[in-house]
Amino acid sequence: MSALRPDLRIIADAIPAGVRALDIGCGDGALMAELRAGKQIDARGLEIDAAAIEAAMAQGLSVVQGDANRDLADYPDDAFDYAILSQTLQTTERPDRVVGELLRIAPRAFVSFPNFAHWRVRLSLLWTGRMPVTRLLPVAWYETPNIHHVTVRDFRELLREKGIRVEGAWYLSGDKPTSAAAASWRAEHAIFLIARG
Amino acid sequence: MASLLHQIQHQSVTIPAALPLDSGQSLPSVTIAWQSYGALDPDRSNAVLICHALTGDQYVASDHPATGKPGWWARMVGPGKPIDTDRFHVICANVLGSCMGSSGPATPDAATGAPLGMAFPVITIADMVRAQAMLLDHLGIERLHAVIGGSMGGMQTLAWAASYPERLRSAIVIASAARHSAQNIAFHEVGRQAIMADPDWQGGQYYGSARAPTKGLAVARMAAHITYLSEEGLTEKFGRRLQARDIKSFGFDADFQIESYLRHQGLAFTDRFDANAYLYITRAMDYFDLAEPHDGRLAGALANAKDVRFTLVSFDTDWLYPTAESRRIVQALHSVGAAASFVELSAPFGHDSFLLDVPALDRIVAGALGAGW
Repeated sequence: MSALRPDLRIIADAIPAGVRALDIGCGDGALMAELRAGKQIDARGLEIDAAAIEAAMAQGLSVVQGDANRDLADYPDDAFDYAILSQTLQTTERPDRVVGELLRIAPRAFVSFPNFAHWRVRLSLLWTGRMPVTRLLPVAWYETPNIHHVTVRDFRELLREKGIRVEGAWYLSGDKPTSAAAASWRAEHAIFLIARG
Repeated sequence: MASLLHQIQHQSVTIPAALPLDSGQSLPSVTIAWQSYGALDPDRSNAVLICHALTGDQYVASDHPATGKPGWWARMVGPGKPIDTDRFHVICANVLGSCMGSSGPATPDAATGAPLGMAFPVITIADMVRAQAMLLDHLGIERLHAVIGGSMGGMQTLAWAASYPERLRSAIVIASAARHSAQNIAFHEVGRQAIMADPDWQGGQYYGSARAPTKGLAVARMAAHITYLSEEGLTEKFGRRLQARDIKSFGFDADFQIESYLRHQGLAFTDRFDANAYLYITRAMDYFDLAEPHDGRLAGALANAKDVRFTLVSFDTDWLYPTAESRRIVQALHSVGAAASFVELSAPFGHDSFLLDVPALDRIVAGALGAGW
């Protein structure tokens, strides 16, 4: 499990042991397997891709096929202690509503996303006048699943508007942490732990 | 044919206790035929119960005694296979109402010794499960590692989770539903009417006569068989190709390959299945609606099963038990907080996909059984 993606590593380290957790967009269940092994968490997953689900199910993980845009409604209020949405927010139809759903299903949520205001993205747009294709956002504008690009400051603003508390924030430049102060420019990835206001 | 079928000897046990039925009637004693594979651990914790489908039987992984064909799930069950008999003690019981050794319409009346026929009480999926629980009691198996089934086997698996949640660790439900839809009931009714319209059916008392309703049963099977396949699969396999001829006959022979195939399927079925059993088991499926006793709330039926780990699989070409039915079960499991996995697999074979070569299903079943933690 050492190959866990850096943002998932941060979530795996930060989440308390033994809680009830839902991993939305769980992929092949890498984080869920880590939570099971390291934190005694019987995590549940939601994923849209059948091949990824099959890989997760083959490990005995509990993953349900579904779409974060629609199927979060199937979970009752407070079904979990933590909801996890990693690298998925920017692919949803209405990220604001998805955030609302996360905090309906669980009092707390981890949300991670690529920061569209990273200096590489800014420079790329400034110099070339074209939608950036970077190591973090490697897909051209017409085929990217990221339909709602978001920046660190955008996300902070959304939370403020909705009265959502921030209980923790981590910023990554490459695989290394970077400071909150410079995050708007320097963070490629942001991970927020948010809670009902 | 039915008389030949009923001469086969099956491994079975007759349990002298009464079996109360959902209809309000009861069976004074119950006979259950079963097969098992793999050794039972000394602590009796490695038992896996397989529930068979409508026309299935207990010969999961052994040659069928009437047809000599390999077991219906031989590709799934055996040493080193997804349901690994080197690890698990696998049990499959012939369902109540069937014709492969368990109590059913061919069972002799205790008083007269003549087959009961239509005097056998109508049974339900829950009754089948009750009988299986009696078998497990008899075998001294308190708790199952898993219950697994496709189609009607999936319905029994759900009924197990609803009726005996403390007796199973995991439930694997494949290509199934928590209720029979109007369309499901409609197709079954066509089959039943075909059987009962056959003059050889004789009100169900054909066992002693030289005639059995094989024509009616064959037509029932033909109609049902269509529902097990996908249109895409049929087109690919048969298209409009003609059977052993170059031109149409302008008559009513089996001109088309699909006609010839269905006629063969229908006829072959009568060698291994009893018409009355077909009536009783299809009825049990039609009556199945797990939510009904709970004001239509499926979550109510599964409320006590929150500690059971569920795995559900549907197939994208299965129009008999479509994905929406599995999703409905998943929603109910979310609301009771049970651990649930669900995926719709892509396979070309329609409802029958659960019996056929779908490697993704193998991996999922192995994963669901192997997940020990």
